[in-house]
Amino acid sequence: MINLKNWFYERTGIEAILDFLRKKQVPDHKYTFWYYPGSILLILIGVQIITGCLLLLYYKPTIETAYESVSFITKYLPFGSFLRSLHAWSSDLIIAIAFIHMFSTFLLKSYRPPRELIWISGTFLMFILLTFGFSGYLLPWNELSLFATSVGTQIAGSMPIIGKYLLLFLRGGEYISGDTLTRFFALHVIILPLILLALAAVHVLLIQHHGMSVPPSVESSPAKKKDIPFYPDFLLYDAVNGLFVFSGLVILALFLPKELGIKADLLAPAPAGIKPEWYFLFMFETLKLIPSMVLSFEGKQLGVMIFALGAVFLICIPFLDRWSAKNKRSPLFTLIGFGILIYIFVMTAISYLGE
Amino acid sequence: MKLKESLFTRRKFLNWSLTASLAALFGTAVGPVWRFVFPGEVGPEPTEVELKDFPELLPGTGKLFKFGRHPAIMIRTPDGKLKSFTAVCTHFECTVQYKKDTNQIWCACHNGFYDTNGKVVSGPPPRPLEEYDVAVEKDKIIVSRRGVPKGEKPKEKA
Ligand code: FES
Repeated sequence: MINLKNWFYERTGIEAILDFLRKKQVPDHKYTFWYYPGSILLILIGVQIITGCLLLLYYKPTIETAYESVSFITKYLPFGSFLRSLHAWSSDLIIAIAFIHMFSTFLLKSYRPPRELIWISGTFLMFILLTFGFSGYLLPWNELSLFATSVGTQIAGSMPIIGKYLLLFLRGGEYISGDTLTRFFALHVIILPLILLALAAVHVLLIQHHGMSVPPSVESSPAKKKDIPFYPDFLLYDAVNGLFVFSGLVILALFLPKELGIKADLLAPAPAGIKPEWYFLFMFETLKLIPSMVLSFEGKQLGVMIFALGAVFLICIPFLDRWSAKNKRSPLFTLIGFGILIYIFVMTAISYLGE
Repeated sequence: MKLKESLFTRRKFLNWSLTASLAALFGTAVGPVWRFVFPGEVGPEPTEVELKDFPELLPGTGKLFKFGRHPAIMIRTPDGKLKSFTAVCTHFECTVQYKKDTNQIWCACHNGFYDTNGKVVSGPPPRPLEEYDVAVEKDKIIVSRRGVPKGEKPKEKA
């Protein structure tokens, strides 16, 4: 047995990695809690890959078969409904935790130099995760998702200049059709996963390179901070968190299985109450509230432009926040962070209450 | 005069040509990939469709049908007139439906209302619905876009 272990160690050089992990230190202070969402995300992405691969064994991506195959999975396959619910609930959790992760790093100013690229890769990861959710929503090909996708792609299509191409690219034509489903399928199961894995690798390697960010208030007084070993201490925390989140996920999937709804029909009127996934509601609600014409702009174009600018702003934050960059307090950006957070909450609440 | 050294070394030349070749390779790939990804010309939308065996509509009802690649709606107003519009809402392109109780065309997505002339009555749609001409013949109904010269229309049978 011992020999087998040695044989393996000698041939893989894995000892060096373990050694490295044992020596790696992680800062521990009163904000340590906010380091956890990142690792939980990695665990949940693992759940998505596994459940996604399993669903892929039965799912058939054409408009004649998509709905039927999902219905077959949920109705007839052992654990089918559970598996699909796991995948869907996990995606909800991923987005929720990604939001938490993003806003906690925003408010703790983790994007300070030299960690700008960590922040930027993170915002792109966020966009990728949202696109994952958006593309996955259509795959069961039900009525609600069809029109939500129609509206969503049209919103992307109202972007100035690139909108036209974006719409054609997403829909595979002027209107939603079977081609759209094929495209979304390709995006969801291979194109986005490849991009996600590459970006996540960059994100994690950069964090490894720079070490975890310590908030300025802690950094200024070394007494408030100690270091703990990554292995085993931090990894054990991660494992416990992972177990908790996974149990929560199983409970959700068991007791609140996701519904499949009615099959989509390209020649049926839009049903009342079409809604995108909850994490797009704040944008949806904003677009509803903007009047149809503002000066000589169409309201929706204005709305889309605001969100596009918002995304650019988010990416550029490390370069705009000059105070944090000099390790000074940056109340303005704290305010902006809370402002965005409150805006998202209020708009989402309005959207729910408005029903 | 003959220089003792070449101004352009072999190394430089090789570096340069390798970079240029790689750039050319990727450059030539962009066009084809772009054209492959964007479906591009799928042919113009037909300007006229013939509906055979279209069900008889009672006054105050509507029905969707396919006009080329997009949905369109046929309604019979309470006073018996047959009218047709695109069914694609001008707001975010949801498919509209006829609402009998108010005699309006309704988009459920964000509660957009149009009257039976396609004009926006309320809600977020920014523009009216395009109205089509309806011609009833013996065994078929011909629906055509307005303002398109007759004769040279690409036709589509439905
Ligand atoms: S899409 Fe018709 S009202 Fe918004």
